[in-house]
Amino acid sequence: MKNKSFGTKLLTFVRDNTVPIMFVLICVFCIPLSGFSFSYLLNEIITRMGRNIFLILALLIPIMSGMGLNFGMTLGAMAGEIALIFVSDWQIWGIPGVVLAMILSIPISVLLGAFCGKILNMAKGREMITSYIISFFMNGIYQLIVLYMMGAIIPIKHFSVKLPRGYGIRNTVSLLNMRQCLDNLLAVRVGGVKIPVLTFLIIGVLCLFIVWFRKTKLGQDMRAVGQDMNVARDAGINVERTRIISIIISTVLAGFGMVIYLQNMGNIATYSSHSQIGMFCIAALLVGGASVDKASIGNVFLGVILFHTMFIVAPKAGAQITGDSMIGEYFRVFVSYGVITLSLIMYETKKRRQKSQMGLQLQQEQMEEAAK
Amino acid sequence: MNEPLYTSTNPTLRERLRGFVNSFGLPRLIIAAFLLMLYIAAPFVGAGFWMQISNTINRFSWNAIMVLAMVPMIHSGCGLNFGLPLGIISGLLGATLSIEFGFTGGMSFLMAILIATPIAIILGAGYGWLLNKIKGGEMMIATYVGFSSVSFMCMLWLLLPYHSPTMVWGFAGKGLRTTISLEGFYDKVLANFLQINIGTLSIPTGTLLFFALLAFAMWAFLHTKTGTAMTAVGSNPTFARAAGVNVDKMRLLSVVISTWLAAIGILVYEQGFGFIQLYMAPFYMALPAVSAILIGGASVNKASIANVIIGTFLFQGIVTMTPTVMNNMIHMDMSEVIRVVASQGMILYALTRKTEASK
Repeated sequence: MKNKSFGTKLLTFVRDNTVPIMFVLICVFCIPLSGFSFSYLLNEIITRMGRNIFLILALLIPIMSGMGLNFGMTLGAMAGEIALIFVSDWQIWGIPGVVLAMILSIPISVLLGAFCGKILNMAKGREMITSYIISFFMNGIYQLIVLYMMGAIIPIKHFSVKLPRGYGIRNTVSLLNMRQCLDNLLAVRVGGVKIPVLTFLIIGVLCLFIVWFRKTKLGQDMRAVGQDMNVARDAGINVERTRIISIIISTVLAGFGMVIYLQNMGNIATYSSHSQIGMFCIAALLVGGASVDKASIGNVFLGVILFHTMFIVAPKAGAQITGDSMIGEYFRVFVSYGVITLSLIMYETKKRRQKSQMGLQLQQEQMEEAAK
Repeated sequence: MNEPLYTSTNPTLRERLRGFVNSFGLPRLIIAAFLLMLYIAAPFVGAGFWMQISNTINRFSWNAIMVLAMVPMIHSGCGLNFGLPLGIISGLLGATLSIEFGFTGGMSFLMAILIATPIAIILGAGYGWLLNKIKGGEMMIATYVGFSSVSFMCMLWLLLPYHSPTMVWGFAGKGLRTTISLEGFYDKVLANFLQINIGTLSIPTGTLLFFALLAFAMWAFLHTKTGTAMTAVGSNPTFARAAGVNVDKMRLLSVVISTWLAAIGILVYEQGFGFIQLYMAPFYMALPAVSAILIGGASVNKASIANVIIGTFLFQGIVTMTPTVMNNMIHMDMSEVIRVVASQGMILYALTRKTEASK
């Protein structure tokens, strides 16, 4: 009896954590094949944690308020990029540059977030596909502003930023004077592994903020809205406003995250940096065991470690197995998309299963009542 | 002075205008007006009018069938088929296998269709089965099914044992190239059939006839008993079930038809374009087709053949006209931006319509 319950427990554990377990297996299989040394791997993963975690944390709040995976975080990334373009045009470097970029990104993010939230309120029940299309739509507007208006209408002066034709921003904007300034300040080396303490401190502060935010009135409201919009509305919560605020917070955080991400990378790929960022962050979050309606800070950390381990080792391991390095490249792209697909499917089927289970339970209760 | 006179006539006129704008949709109106403006401006800025027209018709003929593929799934209530790349992959498999087996000329086109058909049916059935499991979340999952299948096929294009020297990389002798020329195979096989050439105007009659045939078949199908049942499933699943229609079966059928049409669509696209594009090329092919049918007046749960024709014409018109006309007019190539904003804006508009949101 006890054994059986252990078996079912294990089964539910595996079922609830299919994606992380799958990823642990992939990593365990690929790490020896890739032939990377342990310290190299550790170094890479810690760098990538510092680079990505802030961005991924930005996804948590919309999940809390029941709006699913916020593909519109790309909007925040765009705001961060625009802010960084300005800062590098004004030639403000180092920590002041990073801080100024973050401050500058706030109004842009708030504006974009409010726009995104407004539209998502018009498309309740299909937030994810809508936010996904919004990210494409805004990409068009972003191009219009950055490629045609900057330099022509919006003053951009410095030659290293502006295209030679007189308007528009270059394909890559170098942030060399700002590169890893956040990571290197207070960095600690432990046995050849560089730990960017300040970046992790900032991430820690954000984690604390999220934990605190959940307990505030607004955070509770968001959870109520996420549980059931109609009940929340009956309880006197302004559902529309709460949802818009949750998207605005997410967008602002994504803007900060993008500034941190880009100062680590050391340059902006003006027209492509933001396009994939949403997909990779969402994939990493899901790999950590999050789902469309439930995500924790733990999911973020686990997800970043597992996803990026796979990302580092897959090309090399793929080359070892098939003799073609492109296979591994395609494999990791496939896995990123596959994970999102799988999580979305599991979320939808779980929703249906819960519905039918609730129906069965209700039926059973009624039958028991009748038997009495 | 004229005020009293106006108040008596104005409301009806304004109401009628508003009714027209509401039924047609403001974005659609803007896009149509923009295209009209482009056509008017074309001769003045030195872009040949007839040349532009024949370009538009040509591109229309390449893309129309992929837009037509949207119709069955919209009818059965599965929403917009963002999973179009899955069907495109079946078509690509048909195309490459037909060449691999040594068929040439028009025969290779026929064989490509024949080979692609069973693949599309199998993949479409699997895809339809999946969509039946996740009713309500179709569009998002469809998008990602498309993405993951394209990235999965990227690996297979490298690994599958293709040998035809026209398709594989020259130096390695294996792995398909990213673009494969169709010269000697089915390049322009439909377009050259009964082609009409008047000065700079050229009309690919064969391709248009092929599309007309499929569009007519679709129209006829929607008027059969099965087709009506499919529409019933889309407009009211509970009612359809009460009337004895197997909802899941209808949805499955619509997905299979859509996938098959996408497969045929990409083959027709290739014969016009002259190249097979592999790897990441099919990745974003769903979005132009989706926005085309929406521009044509379709909504998330309503679409007709007329929507397909109007939409493809408007969308492809903008795609072909903006680069040339805008370039000549303001010496800036803003076509990419205009296309992205117009097409994505159209999708956004359709997704946010309140009347259409409640299924």
